[in-house]
Amino acid sequence: MTTLDAIILPAPSYLTAHWSLRSWLLTLDHKRIAMLYLTSITAFFFVGGAAAVLMRLELATPASDFVVSGAYNRLFTIHGAVMVWFFLIPSIPTVLGNFLIPLMIGARDLAFPRLNLMSWYVFMAGGALATGSIIVGGVDTGWTFYTPYSTTYANSAVFPMVAGIFVAGFASIMTGLNFIVTIHTMRAPGLTWFRLPLFVWAMYATSLVLVLATPVLAITLVLIAVERFWGVGVFDPALGGDPLLFQHLFWFYSHPAVYIMILPAMGVVSELVACFSRNPIFGYRFVAYASMAIAILGFLVWGHHMFVAGQSVHASMVFSFLSFLVAIPSGVKVFNWIVTLRNGTIHYKTSMVYALGFIGLFTLGGLTGLFLATLPVDVHVHDTYFVIAHFHYIMVGGAVMAYLGGMHFWWPKIAGRMYNEGWGIFSAILMFFGFNLTFFPQFILGYLGMIRRAAEYPPEFQLLNVLSSAGASILGVAYLIPLVYLTRSLVRPATAEANPWNATGLEWTVSSPPPEHNFDSTPVVTTPPYSYDAEKTAELEAVSP
Amino acid sequence: MTSRGAVNSGFSLWPETASVGAEQVDLVYLALLGLTLFFVILLGALALGFGVKYRVGRAAHRREVVHKTHLEVVWITAAALITLAVCLWGTYVYVDAVTPPPDARNIYVVGKQWMWKVSHPQGPREINELHVPAGVPVKINLTSQDVIHSFYIPAFRLKRDVLPQTYTSLWFNATRPGEYHLFCAEYCGAEHARMRGRVIVMEPAEFQRWLSDSKDLEPEPIPNAELAEARSDGHAEVFARYACGDCHKSGPTPEGPTLVGLFGQPVRLRDGRTVVADEEYIRQSIMEPNAAVALGQAAPSTMPTYAGQVDDEHLWQLIEFVKSLGADAGGIGPTP
Repeated sequence: MTTLDAIILPAPSYLTAHWSLRSWLLTLDHKRIAMLYLTSITAFFFVGGAAAVLMRLELATPASDFVVSGAYNRLFTIHGAVMVWFFLIPSIPTVLGNFLIPLMIGARDLAFPRLNLMSWYVFMAGGALATGSIIVGGVDTGWTFYTPYSTTYANSAVFPMVAGIFVAGFASIMTGLNFIVTIHTMRAPGLTWFRLPLFVWAMYATSLVLVLATPVLAITLVLIAVERFWGVGVFDPALGGDPLLFQHLFWFYSHPAVYIMILPAMGVVSELVACFSRNPIFGYRFVAYASMAIAILGFLVWGHHMFVAGQSVHASMVFSFLSFLVAIPSGVKVFNWIVTLRNGTIHYKTSMVYALGFIGLFTLGGLTGLFLATLPVDVHVHDTYFVIAHFHYIMVGGAVMAYLGGMHFWWPKIAGRMYNEGWGIFSAILMFFGFNLTFFPQFILGYLGMIRRAAEYPPEFQLLNVLSSAGASILGVAYLIPLVYLTRSLVRPATAEANPWNATGLEWTVSSPPPEHNFDSTPVVTTPPYSYDAEKTAELEAVSP
Repeated sequence: MTSRGAVNSGFSLWPETASVGAEQVDLVYLALLGLTLFFVILLGALALGFGVKYRVGRAAHRREVVHKTHLEVVWITAAALITLAVCLWGTYVYVDAVTPPPDARNIYVVGKQWMWKVSHPQGPREINELHVPAGVPVKINLTSQDVIHSFYIPAFRLKRDVLPQTYTSLWFNATRPGEYHLFCAEYCGAEHARMRGRVIVMEPAEFQRWLSDSKDLEPEPIPNAELAEARSDGHAEVFARYACGDCHKSGPTPEGPTLVGLFGQPVRLRDGRTVVADEEYIRQSIMEPNAAVALGQAAPSTMPTYAGQVDDEHLWQLIEFVKSLGADAGGIGPTP
């Protein structure tokens, strides 16, 4: 019997299989690589967040008294660049995507484990260059690097920042390629495309954008360096270049980049809404196709960033129309999530509170996007705080809420530990209110005409700015609370069950945390996704107090 | 409309509205606000209703969920049609907003790090202030001396990027006399936040008084007409058309050197070279003003380039006009 005991002892989890630092830094396990990314992007998030805190402190008064304008200009550049390229774009794909895609499709790992590890090293090299630019004096161009300011006039560390983003772009491409190949070739028997979780659909659409758009950014950044160092006229009209060419190239990447941030978030929310209303997603195929429609249409709307830039009136009219069209698939998703609640049995767990917060904030962010797609209104609010408010509703209210909702949903799977639901729900609600207090006044400020990227503003804008700064301090606290309780949960024993939420999906069939090899035997899928039954809720009640 | 707007007005939730176009933009904005409110209330009520009715532990009748494709298609189509209507209305307003009436009064504005330099063809020049008459269409012609700026007057709901070596423009018809903010909306470097000014809208009569008073203050109030005087070969019209005479007067001014007596004379340049002011020099100075800046002039040159603005036909006419101003007064560099 002793030999049999040894055999049925549970295999060590991916966390406990090896203990050395080397086993982490040279791991080929997609789950460990996800953890490398998790720690890195969390650090980058707090770097970018610190810059935001300093900006909001400065903006509490109309004069530039807390920091001088040169420092302020460096703060908003580092905030934008770090948050976009080193937090938002990698966030859900490299952490939740890396961890979950093989588990969700019943695979041993991603298609190219070494490429996956390499992508992390490339990402970190890019991050080191980009944040290193702070040490050598900072960058004052804004994350958009508009020419000819960035190439000819800026006297700051433009090169390390541009080089860092260029390098990190290759990590994006590697991750996207890895996901596409994995999803095409490594699905378990019976797991047809229309049985895939919507999270996997979203990651697939995101990967297409990563692979197709990122090279354009790389080319653009190289051209900046070529003009800045060798004076080859590409963008600077004094050298015979065209500054609008830069804007076309930059937004051809950077508008799809918004969908790199929001598509994965939509995937996460689909999982959460289905699980916690115990219902299949309403209109699964519509939601899946909407992801693909957003990914494709997202490539055709970049010109809406250039309505006042000198683009032709006819081009602006076409881009305005196409930008309205891209709102339709987003509307489909919001409608379907809400209708999924109908006839369900809704459990208000932390993740569900985040998901509902996402739906509210994303809806407002999306609808205010229509203002910006409407030509004469955009002429007024372009480059004002209206735009700042709009994209923070999408990227922070949307993407970050979904990321945190997803982290809470899969935390038992990732860490093998539960967390305190009370603190979880409290911080999610605090975040929702802090967020709205921070960014809603900025819509009003924008329509009043307060320009972005300015350390000083006319005194009549102060009251709304003070509200916004007060909201930011609440938001800051709300972000720190989960960091504390999720980290503290790690010191407790790993007692989480395999499927604490009684959710569907192959990732919940393996132990928490999963063993290194994921599945003892290849699973076979015979049912459609989200086979929830709202009437059978007893199990969920039993396992999660 | 006798109330006057003011730059230092107090707290408000709605911006000042001081042009015909701004009223149009506000209407589109209000329609979008209505649309937003409609969707937020509709979706919010649904979410709240379902969220309460179907919460765990509440005994509600829960039916088998059937996806009704026609319901989905109807809702998508209806929502799309409503929003696309707003899109088209907006486009209609926009086309109006970017098409200046032919009789608009022209004003020239140059953006540079970090100020707005305004020139009225009638003579007056301003920095970070723009005086305009109410009730008259005004067209602002914009160019930049260095990086991209953006000329933004919130009270008119108007903004236009200001590009180096290109002219862009916007136009408005101001309705309310008063003072309004002028901002640079495109980040342009260290003191971007301070690249601010005032737009002063005046009653037309008051504006005429301001115009003539300001003219008297000009150091050398020499209008185009003087240079163009008695030269009826047609070239002078081109000279006037490009407003060359706003800066190039019959004597040197801070805005630019005189062209009188320039042609054929040696010109000392900032970089130490001396060139002869021949046809090529004049052409280059119009199209690439920074290529050969005369000694005593600012570098980079305060003159915007006319590349892409002046076609070949006009170019030679300008050169002919400069030729016709004679070669009797020595070079244009400062006399040592």
